[in-house]
Amino acid sequence: MAEEKKVYTRTKGIIEGAVSGFCPGCMHSTIHKIIGEAAEELGQLDNLVRVEGVGCCGLGQFYVTCDETIAAHGRAGAVATGIKRSSPNSLVYTYQGDGDLAAIGLAETMSAANRGENFTVIFVNNGIYGMTGGQMAPTTLVGMKSTTTPGGRNPEEHGYPMHMSEILNQLTAPYYIERVSCDTPQHVIAARKAIKKAFQYQLDGKGYSIVEIVTSCPTNWGLDPLKSLDFLREKMFEEYPLGVFRDEGKKLK
Amino acid sequence: MARIEITTEACKSCSYCVISCPKQCIEISDKVNSKGYLYAASVRPEDCIGCAMCAQICPESAIEVWR
Repeated sequence: MAEEKKVYTRTKGIIEGAVSGFCPGCMHSTIHKIIGEAAEELGQLDNLVRVEGVGCCGLGQFYVTCDETIAAHGRAGAVATGIKRSSPNSLVYTYQGDGDLAAIGLAETMSAANRGENFTVIFVNNGIYGMTGGQMAPTTLVGMKSTTTPGGRNPEEHGYPMHMSEILNQLTAPYYIERVSCDTPQHVIAARKAIKKAFQYQLDGKGYSIVEIVTSCPTNWGLDPLKSLDFLREKMFEEYPLGVFRDEGKKLK
Repeated sequence: MARIEITTEACKSCSYCVISCPKQCIEISDKVNSKGYLYAASVRPEDCIGCAMCAQICPESAIEVWR
């Protein structure tokens, strides 16, 4: 019998022995894991700089091993611009939720994308404000209940869900835009590949890249982790279809 | 012979590994860890094929796989 080999090891991108502060079934920790793995595969773990938004993503500060800073609410795009311009050899990424990137930080996000700044944005879209207690986010689905829309989101009163990848795809400067998810092992592998590709484009100096990850929020959706996966597949994927919106690197070949 | 090792202290009982295992050889046990979660455990380890699907989906990176 052949000797057994370790085929899956915990990434060095997260602190050894640490347990994340996220709720059971939350995919934030999955995303931290795959970011660590993607950086490890590129050999860039020591060169990684993370800019966090405010919200549940801020809990990642106790979980990752890379250098990091927390920006004011929504301003991660502006802070990352400063870090990348003053330290162009670092691999800089921002880690933002939907309330941070799409609501309060919309101006910074759009401006950074429009300038084609050479950093990567990891955008976690779960359709709700997580840490503050389940308020309506710009990405909340029509009819979806939240603490500020107890009767469900009414488009006449609250507007329609915002599709950030599609909106950013209207700009000229962004280099790479993809929407992925983490609900199955296959999607986790695809998400890791997307993040790795975005990091590689940044190392090559190509410009702005964004990976939107559609995830669940079992706690604030009021569902258990497995039922939240069903909701994610049935409702969220319908509103936010997965796929590559722009890949300039592929176009050239 | 493939096998998995679960860091039970990190498990939060989300059952993602249970539904991801193609051989159904992970189940939520009736034991609790220090945080009060019923942690996942490997049952029928002889059925494990070492595909690492459970490790890929595990949000807490609590599973390591040997093959």
